[in-house]
Amino acid sequence: MIFLSHLISGISLGSIYAIIALGYTMVYGIAKMLNFAHGDVIMVGAYICFFATMSYGWHPIMGVLLSMVVCTLLGIVIDRLAYKPLRQAPALAVLITAIGMSYFLQNSAQLLWTSSPKVFPSVIGNGSVKLFDGALAIPHVTIVTIVVCLVIMSGLVFFVNKTRVGKSMRAVSEDKSAAQLMGINVNSTISMTFAIGSALAAIAGVLLCSAYPTLTPTTGAMPGIKAFTAAVFGGIGSIPGALVGGILLGIVEIFAKAYISTQLSDAIVFAVLIVVLIVKPTGLLGKKISEKV
Amino acid sequence: MSLKIMNKTTRSNMITYAMVIIAFVIVQVLIGNGSISSRLQGQLVPICAYIVMAISLNLTVGVLGELSLGHAGFMSAGAFSGIVVASCLSQNTDNEPLILVISMIVGGVVAAIVGFLVGVPVLRLSGDYLAIVTLAFGEIIKGIVNNLYVGLDGSGLHVSLIKNTVEMTDGTMLINGPMGLTTIPRVASFTAGFILILVCLFVIFNLVNSKSGRAIMALRDNRIAAQSVGINVTNYKLMAFVISAAMAGMAGVLFTANFSTVVASKFDFNTSILILVFVVLGGLGNMRGSIIAATVLTVLPEVLRSFSDYRMLVYAIVLIVMMLATNNPTLKQGISMIISKLKGKNSAKGGSANV
Repeated sequence: MIFLSHLISGISLGSIYAIIALGYTMVYGIAKMLNFAHGDVIMVGAYICFFATMSYGWHPIMGVLLSMVVCTLLGIVIDRLAYKPLRQAPALAVLITAIGMSYFLQNSAQLLWTSSPKVFPSVIGNGSVKLFDGALAIPHVTIVTIVVCLVIMSGLVFFVNKTRVGKSMRAVSEDKSAAQLMGINVNSTISMTFAIGSALAAIAGVLLCSAYPTLTPTTGAMPGIKAFTAAVFGGIGSIPGALVGGILLGIVEIFAKAYISTQLSDAIVFAVLIVVLIVKPTGLLGKKISEKV
Repeated sequence: MSLKIMNKTTRSNMITYAMVIIAFVIVQVLIGNGSISSRLQGQLVPICAYIVMAISLNLTVGVLGELSLGHAGFMSAGAFSGIVVASCLSQNTDNEPLILVISMIVGGVVAAIVGFLVGVPVLRLSGDYLAIVTLAFGEIIKGIVNNLYVGLDGSGLHVSLIKNTVEMTDGTMLINGPMGLTTIPRVASFTAGFILILVCLFVIFNLVNSKSGRAIMALRDNRIAAQSVGINVTNYKLMAFVISAAMAGMAGVLFTANFSTVVASKFDFNTSILILVFVVLGGLGNMRGSIIAATVLTVLPEVLRSFSDYRMLVYAIVLIVMMLATNNPTLKQGISMIISKLKGKNSAKGGSANV
């Protein structure tokens, strides 16, 4: 029973990673850049929801919607100001700009909202569902997180595979210049990707703080790195890969915490990643790229 | 020997050496005058350590062409092993330079071994996958060192992991888990840092300018072509990686020996990124650029202290604007137009004096 309960909380944590990893993986698939500022967008989303629900007494759903809108705008603005001018620049230059953006968001948050931790009472409530005569208690947060993750994932798969915009996104990720020749507006497609990724980050931020209720300007950094790891784990650029990678990472982390050592759990997560990448260098669901000479 | 006889590379290397030496002399004179604030004086050894970190990372990123996000991991491995040795030595001798040299060598060797162990499986990955594995590796080192307990007493060293099971009658804890190194012999000095920079520069310049160095750069420029002319990919990649790791380990010892306590999380992902920023801003493969960038960007937050709360914000903006200015085609053109206009005025004024 304890095993089952660990497994469920692992899947729940993994679902949050998966939602964050989606933002990384979509941006990587289309713009071929590692958006290090993504973790900090999560933090901004969580703060917006925190102030909407706590200070202004909004309904949690309205709070989440507001933070999604704000993060979407933030994502588009970041892309416009910092990344769009560097579309043709070498990958490292874009990486450093993204890091600069990450510092910028963290420090702005620190100035605006101070670095003292805010306690974010769960927007979902503290109840739990009891199964097997109370032997297994699953918190509502966990269930909501998993359901939200599944809904987002299936929505996104539908969006990317069945809609016109999704088609243009796939085209841009396949071949940017050919897509442009076919009349696809590459820049607005990339902006669209940033918008979607950031909106998802807002949801992830709220879910993250519902599960781990302390909020500081650096809240997003470590989950950001782990979600990025999850994206690579599943094969970066692949949407189902983000789901698989995220959930596996979450399970590994919770099991490592429960059965091996709490302090070493991060090290174990990363060690598993290294082993997977050495055995399968493009991640679990990544495409094999054959080299052309 | 006149500068004109030397070829372009040698001349450029000489300029770099000269720059470092002159900077050292100037700083020494300024210290003598007392015109450097004590806060800035405290920054001198860290600056030296960061410079060594930057030029060693530049060997991996600029010369070998592989992105590494875990350079601080090597720094950490070197620092913690080196300082343990330094603590042991300091009970037997008072000769500070000797302690520093031996602990630096130990730190460098340990970091090199770690680099080798990481490099063998990892270097067959490339690009972003290699980057994420180096990141993961840096976090693993941090996790392990954060849970390491090392104590020293009359009967020798006691080591334990995760739980502090070190039992001693009257010894000292050298590494105390999350509290890190608590009793560091402060043996680092600015002169030692200066010498370390010169030694590392010497090694890197000679490596880059040798047969091995050309093989490494050939791998960076086109791996398949290099392979087809018989260059052993793994050997040369490992060579650059291990040398870079060893230097990072020595820099770690230097850095740590400047403080009385250092925690493992000092050498985390953010430190790796900080060093990478030095390398990219200074220019890939350009050692002089790395040195300048490391110095300026370490001093900058100190200078910006008058902005107090806003200084890291300003730092972030400076970073973004610099990257945009140097990489955006439109901005670049604009800047070069302004520069050429200024130059045009100068040459009009100066006439043929420069010719």
